[in-house]
Amino acid sequence: MPHLIFFGLAVIALVGAFLVVLAPRAVYSALALIVCFIATAGLLLQLGAQFMAFLQIIIYAGAIMVLFLFVIMLLDPKTENFSSNRLIKFSVLIVPLGILMTLLLMKNFPLPSITATNWNSIMADDVRSIGNSLFRDYLLPFEVTSILILVAIIGAVVLTKRPKH
Amino acid sequence: MVPIEYYLVLSALLFVIGSAGVILRRNIITMFMCIELMLNAVNLTFITLSKVWGQVDGQIIVFFVMTVTAAEAAVGLALIVVLSRRNNTLDADQANSMKW
Amino acid sequence: MQYFWILILFPLVGALLNVIFGNRFSPKISAWLSCSASGLSFLVALNTFWEFLHLPVDERIIKQHLFTWIQSGNFVAEFSFLLDPLSMVMILIVTGIGLLIHLYSVEYMIGDNGYHRYFAYLNLFIFMMSLLILADNYLLMFVGWEGVGLCSYLLIGHYLDKKSAGDAAKKAFVVNRIGDVGFILGIFLIFTAFGSVNYLKVFETVSHRFPQPIEGFGILGTITLLLFIGTTGKSAQFPLYIWLPNAMEGPTPVSALIHAATMVTAGIYVIVRSVALYSRAPDTLAIIALVGTFTALLAAMMALVQEDIKKVLAYSTISQLGYMFLAVGVGAFSAGIFHLLTHAFFKALLFLGAGSVILALHHEQNLFKMGGLRKRLKITFYTMWIATLAISGIPFFSGFFSKDEILWKVFNSGLYGGTLLWSIGILVASLTACYMFRLMFLTFHGQEKWNPHNTNPSHFKKTSSFIKLPLIVLAFFSLVAGYIGLPGYLGTHRLAEFLAPSLRYQYFPQITSAVRQEHLFQELSLTIIAILGTLIGIAIAYELYMKDIQITHVLVSRFSSLYKIVHGKFFIDELYDLILVQPIKKGTQIVLWQNVENKVIDGMVNGTASTLQVWSHKIKRIQSGYIRTYAAWILTGTILISLYYYWMFNS
Repeated sequence: MPHLIFFGLAVIALVGAFLVVLAPRAVYSALALIVCFIATAGLLLQLGAQFMAFLQIIIYAGAIMVLFLFVIMLLDPKTENFSSNRLIKFSVLIVPLGILMTLLLMKNFPLPSITATNWNSIMADDVRSIGNSLFRDYLLPFEVTSILILVAIIGAVVLTKRPKH
Repeated sequence: MVPIEYYLVLSALLFVIGSAGVILRRNIITMFMCIELMLNAVNLTFITLSKVWGQVDGQIIVFFVMTVTAAEAAVGLALIVVLSRRNNTLDADQANSMKW
Repeated sequence: MQYFWILILFPLVGALLNVIFGNRFSPKISAWLSCSASGLSFLVALNTFWEFLHLPVDERIIKQHLFTWIQSGNFVAEFSFLLDPLSMVMILIVTGIGLLIHLYSVEYMIGDNGYHRYFAYLNLFIFMMSLLILADNYLLMFVGWEGVGLCSYLLIGHYLDKKSAGDAAKKAFVVNRIGDVGFILGIFLIFTAFGSVNYLKVFETVSHRFPQPIEGFGILGTITLLLFIGTTGKSAQFPLYIWLPNAMEGPTPVSALIHAATMVTAGIYVIVRSVALYSRAPDTLAIIALVGTFTALLAAMMALVQEDIKKVLAYSTISQLGYMFLAVGVGAFSAGIFHLLTHAFFKALLFLGAGSVILALHHEQNLFKMGGLRKRLKITFYTMWIATLAISGIPFFSGFFSKDEILWKVFNSGLYGGTLLWSIGILVASLTACYMFRLMFLTFHGQEKWNPHNTNPSHFKKTSSFIKLPLIVLAFFSLVAGYIGLPGYLGTHRLAEFLAPSLRYQYFPQITSAVRQEHLFQELSLTIIAILGTLIGIAIAYELYMKDIQITHVLVSRFSSLYKIVHGKFFIDELYDLILVQPIKKGTQIVLWQNVENKVIDGMVNGTASTLQVWSHKIKRIQSGYIRTYAAWILTGTILISLYYYWMFNS
């Protein structure tokens, strides 16, 4: 059963990824990306990282992609996409490369699987442990991140100001 | 129950697809979205491995990656807006004046 | 007494002042400054000589150390001075005749544009020559050696607008330099062999290490030969004499001072100074004697057919220097110095007199365009005759004593070819008389062939005292200077006795008065033969140039090819040009300039630049401006790095 869920979500994610790359229009790419994100969130749930999964949905799919869609709509959604047919050939080349690399790497880093025994301990204590770690060991980066976001906001506003004539 | 390798392979695939997209697409926004795809793949890897080793640091990393991605998306899109105003097109190949 | 060396400072200061401020001085001040500097030097020299004479003979060596100039490992060269009889004689000659020439030049160089420059260089020359003479080690002496070469170059090329003067100056310097190669090598060997360049230390070492003369060309032979090569250049012997006739391009007082009395005698000075080395190297001495004789003969022959009055005197100088080298070559060192002394007087006088003639005839120098001047230039006429009689070796004039002593010592030398060399010496003496009388007859006697409009009337009317005084003083000394070196049958040889302390390191047994007494008859008979030879020469000159000059034309047409060769100076200059100058010119031009410089070196440099250019032109296209290309490159790089790390991790 877990395998099935995994493969289903994996297929959805992959299809979404392909569509992002292959779609003729930008809007289609954006929507495909949202699908991909949701699938990834599902995978994260299956791993037991609930906090991250929902964070994924909220931030990625909810905020970032909406921003993307805004900008796409702002900048003439009818703009044609200029893509070439090397696309498909290249994808066929690169994808196996990626698999190969991963498999090679994994040969030398044998990893334990997630067995049933440690599953529950992994599933539990997720949010609590994150919270503990975040607000104790990584407090400074946390606070700095807020400033980073402030800077990003100001930056976005300043950059797009039209010069006064 | 699901072997870790599957997650890692999936993540690698997503990463590779994303990088192919960055190279092959000409629309700037689509390129940007492919970059997000790559980041997403990396997030998956981090969380997977964090769960495998039982340490929560991986998820903290992903937390920060997401935050930074949000900021980066905001600024990057602002830049894209400005660039497209200049060139009147979203074609990345038209923005080639920084050359020899 | 201890401060004798300050005499070199006066001309140096004079030279500096004239160089720096000369063009602001009026000619009078320039001349005054430089003459008084020279005069002060002479006064100091005289004063030192006076005190010197009061010292007992054993103490006649005075050293004065100023500072240590170079100290490097074992090598030490001091800046210090040595005064002994030899340098005393030379210094008196240099400063005395130098002063007379300065006075003469005041009048002679009037109207010249580079008046102050001339006097500056003249002073500088006195400084350098005095440094050469007073130095107490070979290196400091070499500084003076080079310095006089420099001043010779500057003064020969004094007339800046004459290309021939500049060429002559360059020729003098370059030929000198060729000799200097040998000289420098000699100094290096001296240091290597004897551990020092200081005269006294070297001479002590040599006399202890080599109690007997050494045959062949070991250390001593090589050193002496190399130093001799240097003196060949400076003192104009074969084959490096070619610069001296051309040096006549310079002003006449310069010819008198540098190329008659002083600089050219520096070579003789060096050899006599190094008597410790030379008297122990008999093979080198033989070579010196041969070269000297050959040069004397060659130059005398060439002097006989020259038309330019100064060129005759130049070849005469070369010939007389040959006599001095011959003297030294048979071991008669004090005789060589004696002839140097007398020659300085009468040759300087001859040049100054010739200058007076040239000035009167407005720079006409061709003998065949002069004549009949004896009524017009009385003082010049009488003084030049005194000099001519001196150089020809007429009895009781100074040249007679010195030349005779040389000839006697040559005959008596015990060398294998001593008699042959002596007979050549007699031949050269009669040739000398012949060409000198020829010069006098053509210039002062006979018909007036000069252009009456091309004259300097003021000089004719009243010769300036600046010119008269040096002529008279030099004539006086040309008369009496011989009496310090009387031959055995007449009295004691004061000069030889005076010079004895300087020559104490020499190997040959001294020719004492006792020895002279034994050989009186031989000396007297040789003298008579010499006088006969001279008279024959005079008679020939009289016949040809006083009585009937047409005979010369007949002779010339009869022996035309021989005449052409001798008149063309045996084509030695042309030979050098062919063998040395043209190959060097062609070689440097074609091989070095066109090929190496242009093709190879420029090729390499330009080639590097153009290769870089071509390749950077090709490579710069990487920066195409396309973002996607950059992204692809980044990706490729990342993959390669990860593969590398994977490979590293595995092995």
